[in-house]
Amino acid sequence: MAMPKQIVQVKQDTTEARLAGMTRPDGAGWSNEARDAAIARVRDMGLPHGRDEYWRFTKPADLVASDAPKAAVFETDEAPLWDDRDRLKVVFVDGVFDAEASDDLSLEGLSIERLSQVTGADIHWAKELYGTLEARGQDPVDRPLAALNTAYATDGVVIHVTGRVSKPVNLIYHHKSEASDAFLHHLVKLEEGAEMTLLETGPGAARLNTVLEVEVPDTARFHHVRVQGRDHERRAATAIFTRLGKESTFKSFTLTMNGRLTRNECVIELTGDDAVAHVAGACVGDGTAFHHDDTVFITHDAVNCESRQVFKKVLRNGATGVFQGKILVKADAQKTDGYQISQSLLLDEDSQFLAKPELEIYADDVICSHGSTTGAIDEEALYYLRSRGVPTDEATDLLVLAFLGEALDEIEDEALAEGIHERLVGWLSRHKS
Amino acid sequence: MLEIKNLHVELEEEDKRILNGVDLTVEDGKVHAIMGPNGSGKSTLSYVLSGKDGYEVTEGQAMLDGADLLAMDVEERAAAGLFLAFQYPVEIPGVGNMTFLRTAVNAQRKARGEEEMSAGEFLKVIRAKAKDLKIDADMLKRPVNVGFSGGEKKRNEILQMAMLEPKMCILDETDSGLDVDAMKLVADGVNALREEGRGFLVITHYQRLLNHIKPDVVHIMAEGRIVKTGGPELALEVENNGYAGILAEVA
Repeated sequence: MAMPKQIVQVKQDTTEARLAGMTRPDGAGWSNEARDAAIARVRDMGLPHGRDEYWRFTKPADLVASDAPKAAVFETDEAPLWDDRDRLKVVFVDGVFDAEASDDLSLEGLSIERLSQVTGADIHWAKELYGTLEARGQDPVDRPLAALNTAYATDGVVIHVTGRVSKPVNLIYHHKSEASDAFLHHLVKLEEGAEMTLLETGPGAARLNTVLEVEVPDTARFHHVRVQGRDHERRAATAIFTRLGKESTFKSFTLTMNGRLTRNECVIELTGDDAVAHVAGACVGDGTAFHHDDTVFITHDAVNCESRQVFKKVLRNGATGVFQGKILVKADAQKTDGYQISQSLLLDEDSQFLAKPELEIYADDVICSHGSTTGAIDEEALYYLRSRGVPTDEATDLLVLAFLGEALDEIEDEALAEGIHERLVGWLSRHKS
Repeated sequence: MLEIKNLHVELEEEDKRILNGVDLTVEDGKVHAIMGPNGSGKSTLSYVLSGKDGYEVTEGQAMLDGADLLAMDVEERAAAGLFLAFQYPVEIPGVGNMTFLRTAVNAQRKARGEEEMSAGEFLKVIRAKAKDLKIDADMLKRPVNVGFSGGEKKRNEILQMAMLEPKMCILDETDSGLDVDAMKLVADGVNALREEGRGFLVITHYQRLLNHIKPDVVHIMAEGRIVKTGGPELALEVENNGYAGILAEVA
């Protein structure tokens, strides 16, 4: 459907207004070429508008506006997540690297550098990757906020994984300024057979835009667990772009608690036979201001690959959840095994879940299934638990955790999953019906 | 002691009367059995006592040790000492059996102002009780009743009863769906819990179960009322002659 002329004009105007307010970081060096191309893409696509089909369920205005809407900082006395877990910490405060709070950036099996430092080098492997998977991911659906990120990202990490890494790398995002607007762009390139776990935690900024490009070649394994910050007013647009080679594995899990507006896009391309990609998410939202959107696009372009999407949302007091998930199976991608489930548990009649599951299949020998459900708490189960003396609110919490459990089960590392579970228990204790 | 007086109950959704003046007293330490044909209101009585939604009490009362059961929430009734072993135990995917039981035990203790059971102590107690009921470690770890056979579900009910140590146990057709061996196992579990301070109300269609759980008193229920009360011999009479004779006699 063609966009009315006046909308096209509005899109163009807001895009130009936004671009006019952006500054490219100093020392962008070799990345300037990719940044120029990204700006051209942004101009070509225009920043998202509520009339765009891909933004039908999520109003993009606050993500597009020239200034980040203010977001109060969330104070908590809870212990940091995975506090007892040995991990390499890389800390960003409102999008700015904090050397003092970060660990020494050295770890056996990988090299880790900062984007802002490597762009000044004459040559660097990262040049090949920067903006490349993002640009590929623009077809067939526009993702202009990710292109905007490539154009203006101020920093990020650049990780080259050559072996099996013993401990996770944890990007920790603090939010300390009420009006911060941060753009971080991370690159991960694994060598064949290499393996790493990347963790991302924290709200990051009043408005955070992140892009993560991950190259997973033959037999490599990449694990990703993310916990988006609990600041009630923060906004975030994130995008993951990954390409998988033969017999490789990509697994990503995201927990979202609170946040006013979150749009998590994940674009996966299975290009080598026998590759496996799992992407999962658990989300809990309370209140009319809460809006969470998972948008996933998985392309099967090789034989005998498996993809799996498991998304669970618990919504209460007028919260909104969105899921847009697509599996595209190309003609040669025989023996594809694609699975997709998106479910919401609505704890009251004011909350809503909007889902758009899609399958587009051109191969004839595939197994693809998708399901989407919206439901309330199981009254029979609640009665059973209460008949054993468990009070209603505690019984409800048990059922909520059980519902989300299926998404948490997607996390391979049990200790990491346990940390997520504890966070959810904490959230439930603060949010009683 | 459970005292039910002149209990009248209707379905909330439709204008249908199920119980028409039930009078029944179960003394501490006694086992009472209720038998009756399908649709006589036996299961409804158990649901109403436990507090399930969908029923409206229009008249009468039910007291547990002098406290008004009908004024309490479902969980308060449990904490007060009432336990219903379900005819169809509910499957709860994602909630581990052990977590469920520990939450229940400690919730009841908390409600009664008692100290909560530590994880270690709980584990010790549940292992011993599970062993008696031939419930293995795997069944304790699995989600509540999910994938359990009919017999496993009923044994799991009895395990819950043993852990919660209620004052008044209602068994709603606990024998349904059980083979002879499973019934024996369940009955042994129940008999092990028989003691001075604990009353039982055993609802069943068949006399079979009562061979294993010997009742002190047997009631016959029909059309929402207790129509006849007697000793264990009454159950035998039902077994031999069916309900028709007794119902004709009291009509």
